Amino acid sequence: MLRRIISTRAVCECAMNREAGQTGERGPLLAASMSDCGLVLTISGSLDSRTTGQVWQPALEALRLAQPRQLTIDASRLTYCDGAGAALLLELGRRQSAHRGQYEICSLDPAFRALVDLYSRSSGESPQPKASQGSFLEQVGRFGVLLWNDVTKLTAFVGELSVALARAALRPRIVRWKEAWLTAELAGVNALPIIALLGFLLGLIMAFQSAIPLHQFGADMFVANLIGLSMLRELGPLLTAIILAGRSGSAFAAELGTMKVSEEIDALTTMGLEPVTFLVVPRVIAAVAMTPLLSVFASLLGLVGGAVVMLSLGFPFVTYLIQLQSAVTAGDMVGGLAKSVVFGIVVAAIGCLRGLQTKSGASAVGDSATRAVVSGLVLITVVDGIFAVLFYSLGL
Amino acid sequence: MERSTPIIRVKHFTAAYDGVVLLNDLSFDVYRGEVFVILGGSGCGKSTMLKHMIGLYQPAAGAILIDNEDIVTAQGPRRLAILKKIGVMYQQGALFGSMTLLENVRLPLEEYTDLPNDAIDHIALMKLQVVGLGAAALKLPDEISGGMRKRAVIARAMALDPQVLFLDEPSAGLDPITSAELDRLIVSLSRNLSITFVVVTHELPSIYTIADRVIMLDKRVKAIVAEGKPQQLRDHSENAWVRQFFNREATAVA
Repeated sequence: MLRRIISTRAVCECAMNREAGQTGERGPLLAASMSDCGLVLTISGSLDSRTTGQVWQPALEALRLAQPRQLTIDASRLTYCDGAGAALLLELGRRQSAHRGQYEICSLDPAFRALVDLYSRSSGESPQPKASQGSFLEQVGRFGVLLWNDVTKLTAFVGELSVALARAALRPRIVRWKEAWLTAELAGVNALPIIALLGFLLGLIMAFQSAIPLHQFGADMFVANLIGLSMLRELGPLLTAIILAGRSGSAFAAELGTMKVSEEIDALTTMGLEPVTFLVVPRVIAAVAMTPLLSVFASLLGLVGGAVVMLSLGFPFVTYLIQLQSAVTAGDMVGGLAKSVVFGIVVAAIGCLRGLQTKSGASAVGDSATRAVVSGLVLITVVDGIFAVLFYSLGL
Repeated sequence: MERSTPIIRVKHFTAAYDGVVLLNDLSFDVYRGEVFVILGGSGCGKSTMLKHMIGLYQPAAGAILIDNEDIVTAQGPRRLAILKKIGVMYQQGALFGSMTLLENVRLPLEEYTDLPNDAIDHIALMKLQVVGLGAAALKLPDEISGGMRKRAVIARAMALDPQVLFLDEPSAGLDPITSAELDRLIVSLSRNLSITFVVVTHELPSIYTIADRVIMLDKRVKAIVAEGKPQQLRDHSENAWVRQFFNREATAVA
């Protein structure tokens, strides 16, 4: 028994010294003493959210070591107590009652007493535990179901969009052409500088990179073939689609997502206006009209970039042009254009779909924009793969 | 326009979300020309009820007849015909942010009528003037106050002269004066144009001003716990919770 009391004192003194060393006179002071009727903790000074932490552990530790039948808090010299202080006083009481001891707070200022009483009266409901995430297998299953649901929704949306586009083709009057024009300007015309710049640099870089290895074989001339084929068939449409996904797919998702969050989509539906016809069709039309044009520009500027390199390597421009003409056929050009039309549809449609799927809340629109870009890029790659197989088996 | 004939009939309506029943087996009628208020505490499903009534959600069971046509099963042109009879004001207004007020009101007219352009302009402006927004017609929704926005939504909802207007929390976020002005507008439209109003709210002062009849939903029983005139419910309801609601008494004071 004696040893235990000594060790309790030691803990408390140590706590007091540490406290005094750290904050000087303003912090609370804790003193513990054992008497016949149990442990007395004297707390003096201020117990607020800034200072309570200094005595929290020592006070609980003293209680744990002493395990008295009666715990008395002497609060006569307590100058201030807020929610944090009340939490300490209540926690001491809770631990004391957990092993059926007596607990008393003496000489607590009535103002602080009211505070402690308010918190002690409120029902001790603890938060309900969140439903567990489930085992690894369960999570994989859930993810699979989510993915499957997404594919189903995408399929349904493709169907809905096809019907809406067919209807628009039969009755062009129902298309909101004003909005389509506006979108064409935003997604197409305004993207021209960046597409032109990137196309030019891409052509330039590829020409430089390939010039050195081809020079080793004396095949410098074939840089023109490489640039021409790769830009027209592959990189022009791909570059355009990626820029479109980043610039416009995300914009469509954010725009429609905001409309969803502010109930504007609901408002359209109850006016009897189909959101797909009203919002998605003009955007898809604009994207389909603009993507091939942008793609042509990207390819053209890529060829210009290649020309710059060839000129700097000492080839006359005419030579480059003739070499290009011999390497590239109209089929390559048409194939690239066909691809970019499909890319345009895919990027615009997935952007709009993600926008319409927006849930509520502040972060939902951001999520949709991100999902639009990611899904857009994935679908572009998949479609490009399909085209590659198709062109190969058709011998194009 | 007989006041005693129902325009909306809700029959054995049950709403569920993710398999959890929110409202169970509700039946009630809304009569022509009345201001009908759906009342209830937070989270009791009043807005859900409204969204089912305007056909945005599919109920788990039951029928919702608007002018004898079931909005739950109607498809295509029949559904469109029902939607033309109703106008909706959403909690957040839902004006189209990129269009001026006039363009917002013009939109349903452009989509559904063959009226010439200047006639549409004329009608749209007329609707805006009725709600006191003639001067602000060419402003964007961002440029006007919250109270004006709510009135603009009413003007848009009235564009096609609907028989029923649904209002979701019309006075949410408005100061008492603006809120009272909105109430006066609702009463005036109801009297002068014989429009039926279905209003979801929990704003007591405005209920006394506008409501002809009230139903109260309680989330504990997931059903209607009271039906009648507001004064009557306040003073004579047998349900203690209903009296408590009308007298603004709190439960379980700490």
